Amino acid sequence: MAFIEVKGITKKFGGLTAVDNVDFEIEQGKITAIIGPNGAGKSTFFNLINGFHKPTSGRVFFEGRDITKLPVHLGARLGIARTFQTTHLFEQSTVIDNVIVGHRLRTKSKLFDAVFRTKREKQEEHNAYQKAMESLEFVGMEKIAQVPVSTITQEEKKRLAIALALATDPKVMFLDEPAAGINPDETEGLAQLMKKLAASGITICTIEHKMQMIMGMADKIMVLNQGAKIAEGTPNEIKNNPVVIEAYLGGEPIAEAN
Amino acid sequence: MGKILNQRTVIAVLVIFALVFPLIYADNRYVLHVMTIGFIFAISVYGMNLIAGFTGQLSLAHAGFFAIGAYTLGILTTRNEMNFWLALLLAVLLTSAAGLVLGLIALRTKEHFFAIYTLIVGYLIYLLIDKWDGLTGGVRGLIGIPIPDPIGPLTFESATSMYYLVLAFLLLSIFISVRIVRSLTGRTYIAIRNSEELAQTLGINTRINKLVSFVISVAYAGLAGALYASLTRFIGPDVASTNMVFNFLMYLIVGGIGTLSGPLVGTMLFIWLEQFLRSYQEYHLLIFGPILVLMVIFFPTGIVGGFYKIKAKLQHKKLPKESKYFNPVPEKSTEK
Ligand SMILES: Nc1ncnc2c1ncn2[C@@H]1O[C@H](COP(=O)(O)OP(=O)(O)O)[C@@H](O)[C@H]1O
Ligand SMILES: [Mg+2]
Repeated sequence: MAFIEVKGITKKFGGLTAVDNVDFEIEQGKITAIIGPNGAGKSTFFNLINGFHKPTSGRVFFEGRDITKLPVHLGARLGIARTFQTTHLFEQSTVIDNVIVGHRLRTKSKLFDAVFRTKREKQEEHNAYQKAMESLEFVGMEKIAQVPVSTITQEEKKRLAIALALATDPKVMFLDEPAAGINPDETEGLAQLMKKLAASGITICTIEHKMQMIMGMADKIMVLNQGAKIAEGTPNEIKNNPVVIEAYLGGEPIAEAN
Repeated sequence: MGKILNQRTVIAVLVIFALVFPLIYADNRYVLHVMTIGFIFAISVYGMNLIAGFTGQLSLAHAGFFAIGAYTLGILTTRNEMNFWLALLLAVLLTSAAGLVLGLIALRTKEHFFAIYTLIVGYLIYLLIDKWDGLTGGVRGLIGIPIPDPIGPLTFESATSMYYLVLAFLLLSIFISVRIVRSLTGRTYIAIRNSEELAQTLGINTRINKLVSFVISVAYAGLAGALYASLTRFIGPDVASTNMVFNFLMYLIVGGIGTLSGPLVGTMLFIWLEQFLRSYQEYHLLIFGPILVLMVIFFPTGIVGGFYKIKAKLQHKKLPKESKYFNPVPEKSTEK
């Protein structure tokens, strides 16, 4: 049984086919990357897996279970986490306050617990705080836990978004262009972080434009172009795939790009 | 730590002030009455704050729910001669039930659509009250709503006793708001306000959470309405008017939407401003209008939010450059 299996998935927005009949498997514990030009349907592909979009046709399986029609929040509870292309962090709040709510899905306290400040509420608040702190440590931000998000750098925001996803105790993390908008030095740090996540047992699936970064780290790459999968394979296979070179870089070998 | 002590002191001083206030103005029914009305409106504004300020869904139906609370209590105590306390309970429950039903539909919409939808719901409630003569007395309204029944030796005949009764409900309402906002549930609401998409990816059932916070916020409005009916002893359809809800909204925005003391600050400020400007009745919007516009532009989080922002800025300035990241021992979340 594949960890995540996507079968013949298609998404149409009106007349536009954003994702076109894609079959794909994601292996547990590996780093999988999705590349392709802007508008290729990469983000839409993520949205189909995590449930923001319902496919026009096709199915998604998670650990053998059909999750095609599962609401987003239930997918999260199964262990599917994701970050967004543009972070949706709560800027006015502190770093730690942003992350604590990430563990909410593993807590049970209700309104009653809130009003009466029950033992469960206190225990779970404590757990959520601990988890948030651990997640911040994992991404190396524990020292700035109390700082307002509005004052941290772009790269820190990206890592914070990952810490937030981490606080949900995920099995798999979908990262939508985590390295976009940050400089080359910082990109290296982010690559390290992704490897560390994978080493800790979390499956990683990332969308990335920075080729060098991807080639050095991914176990498997899928190339999307105009919604369709045009290639998949190891970095080496992709690098030398003539279809990819043709479609993606207009003839230039990928290794030289970026 | 010092900050918390500070805050505690301010709260203690305010509560003591509220408690001794009637002793200072014992012979001035008018002042007590205005204060009591202010407290009642503040309860309703706390309700609005919960759904609009924390969960981020701007509901403009709250005058309608305020009116449902007021009319339920009014009708039950006059027509059915029901005991005040039972009627009060039923008023809150019925308002909440109405909120549940309307919320189920309203929360299918988002953002401005939600605001417009709830505005229409509020107006429909107004029309219903205005036209349903047989039940509500129509434009003539309901008169002779009794004061609360005594509880043992406690009677509610004097302005002072009503003041204390309403104050007790206000403190309870604030207390519950604080508890909710500072809990995991409150964090959940704030996450929804921040980004519904992100909240969902974090495993939060946004539909249920929005609905629950809407129902609580409506319950606040129902409670306030019921107390209002018993205090003024007369109610007409205008308690459900859109004027009323825009007043609530103005108190909330100027006081500080999404802050815990904003509703009280805003409501008390305007209640007294309205009194001072009474002789210029027709013109007071001329003053409130520009205040509101300036507030929204310069202090989008109101007086209270503005206060905290300035305070944070001053603190930030004081810190040496290299330690821009002040990192005190975490305060709130480690409490056992
Ligand atoms: N919600 C939507 N409604 C309509 N069209 C969309 C929507 N989301 C994406 N698209 C379109 O689908 C195509 C693929 O978009 P996207 O998945 O964001 O591409 P990528 O992430 O690869 O850059 C684009 O042409 C985009 O305009
Ligand atoms: Mg994209």
